[in-house]
Amino acid sequence: MPDVQSMVAEFVNKLRKRKIEGSQATAKCTVELLRSVISHQRVPHANQAAALIDAVKAVGQQLVAANPVELAVGNVVRRVLHIIREEDLSLTTAAMAGLDLLDASDDDDIDNCKGIGYPAMSAAVVAAAARSTLRPPSLQTLLEGTPESATVPYTSSSGADSESKTADKSSLTRKLKHDVIEGVNQLIHEISGCHEQIAEQAIEHIHQNEVILTLGSSRTVLEFLCAAKEKKRSFRVFVAEGAPRYQGHLLAKELVARGLQTTVITDSAVFAMISRVNMVIIGAHAVMANGGVIGPVGVNMAALAAKKHAVPFVVLAGSHKLCPLYPHNPEVLLNELRSPSELLDFGEFSDCLDFGAGSGSLQVVNPTFDYVPPNLVSLFITDTGGHNPSYMYRLIADYYSADDLVM
Amino acid sequence: MGGQKKGGARVSEDAEEQSPQRLQAILLADSFATKFRPVTLERPKVLLPIVNVPMIGYTLAWLEYAGIEEVFVFCCAHAIQIIEYLEKSEWYSHPNLVVRTIESHKSISAGDALRYMYEQQAETSQIQGDFVLVSGDTVSNMPLADLIQEHRERKKKDEKAIMTMAIKQSKSSSLTHQSRLGTDQLFIAVDPLTKQLLHYEEDKIDHPRGSVCLDKSLLESNPSVLVSNDMQDCYIDICSPEVLSLFEDNFDYQHLRRHFVKGVLVDDIMGYKIFTHEIHSSYAARIDNFRSYDTVSKDIIQRWTYPYVPDINFSGNRPLKLGRQGIYRACDAVLSRSADVGASSVIGYGTKIGDGVKILNSVIGNGCSIGSNVVIEGSYIWNNVTIEDGCEIRNAIVCDGVKIRAGAVLEPGVVLSFNVVVGRDFVVPAYSKVSLLQQPTTEDSDEELEYADSSSGTADHLSGLNLQMESKASELGPDGAGYIWEVCEGAHDEEWKHSVAPIPKDKLAEITQAIDDDDTDDESVVPTSGELKSDADSINTDMNDPNDDYCYFEKEVEGTVLRAVEENIKVDLVTLEINGLRLSYNMESADCAGATFYSMMKLAVDTPHNSASELYKNAASIITKWKELLGFYVKKIDEQIEVIMKFEEMCQEPPKELGPLFTQILHLLYDKDVLQEDAILRWAEEKAGADETDKVYLKQCETFIQWLKEASEEEDEDDEDEEDDD
Repeated sequence: MPDVQSMVAEFVNKLRKRKIEGSQATAKCTVELLRSVISHQRVPHANQAAALIDAVKAVGQQLVAANPVELAVGNVVRRVLHIIREEDLSLTTAAMAGLDLLDASDDDDIDNCKGIGYPAMSAAVVAAAARSTLRPPSLQTLLEGTPESATVPYTSSSGADSESKTADKSSLTRKLKHDVIEGVNQLIHEISGCHEQIAEQAIEHIHQNEVILTLGSSRTVLEFLCAAKEKKRSFRVFVAEGAPRYQGHLLAKELVARGLQTTVITDSAVFAMISRVNMVIIGAHAVMANGGVIGPVGVNMAALAAKKHAVPFVVLAGSHKLCPLYPHNPEVLLNELRSPSELLDFGEFSDCLDFGAGSGSLQVVNPTFDYVPPNLVSLFITDTGGHNPSYMYRLIADYYSADDLVM
Repeated sequence: MGGQKKGGARVSEDAEEQSPQRLQAILLADSFATKFRPVTLERPKVLLPIVNVPMIGYTLAWLEYAGIEEVFVFCCAHAIQIIEYLEKSEWYSHPNLVVRTIESHKSISAGDALRYMYEQQAETSQIQGDFVLVSGDTVSNMPLADLIQEHRERKKKDEKAIMTMAIKQSKSSSLTHQSRLGTDQLFIAVDPLTKQLLHYEEDKIDHPRGSVCLDKSLLESNPSVLVSNDMQDCYIDICSPEVLSLFEDNFDYQHLRRHFVKGVLVDDIMGYKIFTHEIHSSYAARIDNFRSYDTVSKDIIQRWTYPYVPDINFSGNRPLKLGRQGIYRACDAVLSRSADVGASSVIGYGTKIGDGVKILNSVIGNGCSIGSNVVIEGSYIWNNVTIEDGCEIRNAIVCDGVKIRAGAVLEPGVVLSFNVVVGRDFVVPAYSKVSLLQQPTTEDSDEELEYADSSSGTADHLSGLNLQMESKASELGPDGAGYIWEVCEGAHDEEWKHSVAPIPKDKLAEITQAIDDDDTDDESVVPTSGELKSDADSINTDMNDPNDDYCYFEKEVEGTVLRAVEENIKVDLVTLEINGLRLSYNMESADCAGATFYSMMKLAVDTPHNSASELYKNAASIITKWKELLGFYVKKIDEQIEVIMKFEEMCQEPPKELGPLFTQILHLLYDKDVLQEDAILRWAEEKAGADETDKVYLKQCETFIQWLKEASEEEDEDDEDEEDDD
């Protein structure tokens, strides 16, 4: 336990000091941390899921408070909570199935069975489980369910119906924890594999001789463009440099190294160039529940330009970037104002920065993110495929439990 | 010593296991200055809040961020308060940063602190290699790892490179020649290639003339020298262990810059070198006075210190919410609907603000309550302050627990120390400092109060004082409590320079006027920064007039000789003293000869006498008595000639009493073996070509010279005879 505590403290510290950058890295670190939290959590016999949820929530609150702007942390915590709930549910469902079986065979055995196998299970839980069996399957399960059912942990448990009634408490305890960890592992796998998943779809979107505009640097965009290139598509890329951090320069460097035709333009030239562009592709920092996008600063301008010239504006986002929150006052609340030293040199301007003489002083604002309203976005490409902005809320309903929205 | 033991126990086990590359820092949690008085009488400077977080929190957070693994916090004044703070904070249990406290009550300067560290070092050897030396009032976000690496590599190549100091460009005001941080303009000379520091000048310089004095030898030994006056010293130094031993060796080093850096630069025996590192994109500043408190606060609000900004929890502070226009607000602050909070303001937790309040450019701490129609501009209100209706506060610092009663006005530059009460409708005059503690009366007790450990008794002391206040009519109105401190006599003019308030318009106008006046007779102003080549002649014009120096030197020597004669001091000791003066004024021994002779003659003249013969007698007795002293400096012919010339000069000076005695005294000097005939003859030869007016004394002693010449010829003949004999 103490080492988990210190791990949490260290990660919180890193988040606070803004030492981890990039939502994918943050998401990955968060899941791994949560996995060890879960595996170290001592689970009581009664109400195991609740204990796990409480533990994860407690850690999650610390993490979110450490850097509220990094939405990926909150997303991942909610995803893990969702996994725990799902696993718990499926176990209960399995139990219900067992009960049903017994119910059909012999009524007298019910109490007996309850007494042996599930002493802690209240009638309410059974009822809830029964209700949830009637719940329509989510779209995602429908889409993915058939090919992946073997690997999805909760479906595997459904086969254990006959054994479950004789299973003792300890094995059940282990079962939930084991399943949850399985699920979390899958989430880790999903997060680290999201680039490939998204890149696979590149060929459907990028066509021969097109001109693509992107802004700032995103690994997802890089992989996406390279995937199209590998499929022998030839196209050109315009990279807006993404002042003041100029991450576009890095992206351009990598693109050229991979053999793409690349042109770097200033952010302010976006509007001038947009008429030659066939598609704008950007990577998101986060996707909000209403389909709005938080992206690198300058993105809103590019989106508006794209709208004006009817150029498709495509946003790439791994599923860990889907955020179940709505952007209330997003320009301020979900933004991070960084040091003005990225914009200008302190030494050169030190004489006009509030000096005792009381003359006018220079103020510098350096926001990191921009908010793009959903009506400017043409298409989202996530690891599950392309989606319309208005569909985002549905995706989010699949990934998160409504109970976890407010942590 | 409790804190130290606690730290010590933890060290000893794992100290050996650590690799020598462990990054360490010494943090001086005492500024060893009195600039923040009277506030620092009750709380150590490093615990004063800046934008609602104690200064030391910024320093520790930065050190941790920069990868420092172990910090030694050197506590001096109010050590107990600092240790208490650290114990309560997250720093004592931080996973990446080990914080240890070292307590010493005897240290009264940074030099003492480092000497103490050195003594401790002998027992515990805590400092294992290069370390970072900072003071606890540093706010920075610069990365250190690269700088330390750079320092280590340089050290490997050059044993003598013992220190790297961080500097940052920061333009100073063209009017007041004051940096943004309120310190005096700094002149440094750096070798542009190696970045070696060659010259460091922060003392008062003749600003209107814009001249700076550089040693010529600097230009001889360095192909190019970069002189700049727009650099700011960040007081962040990477030091090698030699620095500690240097402080031990030079027990008179007190101040890190004034003594240590200058000492190292001047000392060419050890040949230690200091290098500079200019930081560009990151921020670093030291809070040295109230003005820098104001400037750094604003820089923090403007986010130059990112990620050490109020909306991020970096040191156990509760993060505030950042709104538009740089307004930071705690989520539970209660603001009246009609309150107007302007740009760049911070409002802390649990603070209540009433109707019609106007706040601009100000920081308000936690738990304050502000009545209605209060105006607060450019001020720093700390925690739990009560401000009643209708007060006006402009450019002031208001410490914890202060009560400002209705209608009171704080004029710009006011500092109210802890728990002061300002009476109803009272106007606190500009630049006044108010404290519940009485101002220490003499300079001596000054020191005592600052450095002695008064922290234990502070509380009782204060409550006692409060009672005393009640009975006595206060200086702050009938219902107020507190003493208004008198401004120390020397600092009176400087008050406006170092206060939180901006420099008043009329002062600025005054300075502009003064500069305009100066411009008429001296239009050359030093360019902000420029490179000087060694062959540039311009540097000579910038030199201070050497005559000035000589005058001072002469006066000092005169004083010494006079004292020697009065107190009958041994010749050896006097020589030692004059030698000391010679070194400190950088004079040659000929100058000493001249000055010594001058002072002896002056003494003779000043001794009461009635006639010329009496004067001669006086002179003769003095010369006889002190010829050894003079003899010490006139070993060479040149020096003897210098003496004669000096004598000549003296004879021409107003009373002209010595004039008629010229030959007699010259003869006397010859007789007493002070002057050799060669010298006198050489002098005569030199003078032979001079103007008629200059020849007065040459003519006067013509016979004497003639006699000398003959004597020497005879001698020559004798020599020849002797040679013949052989």
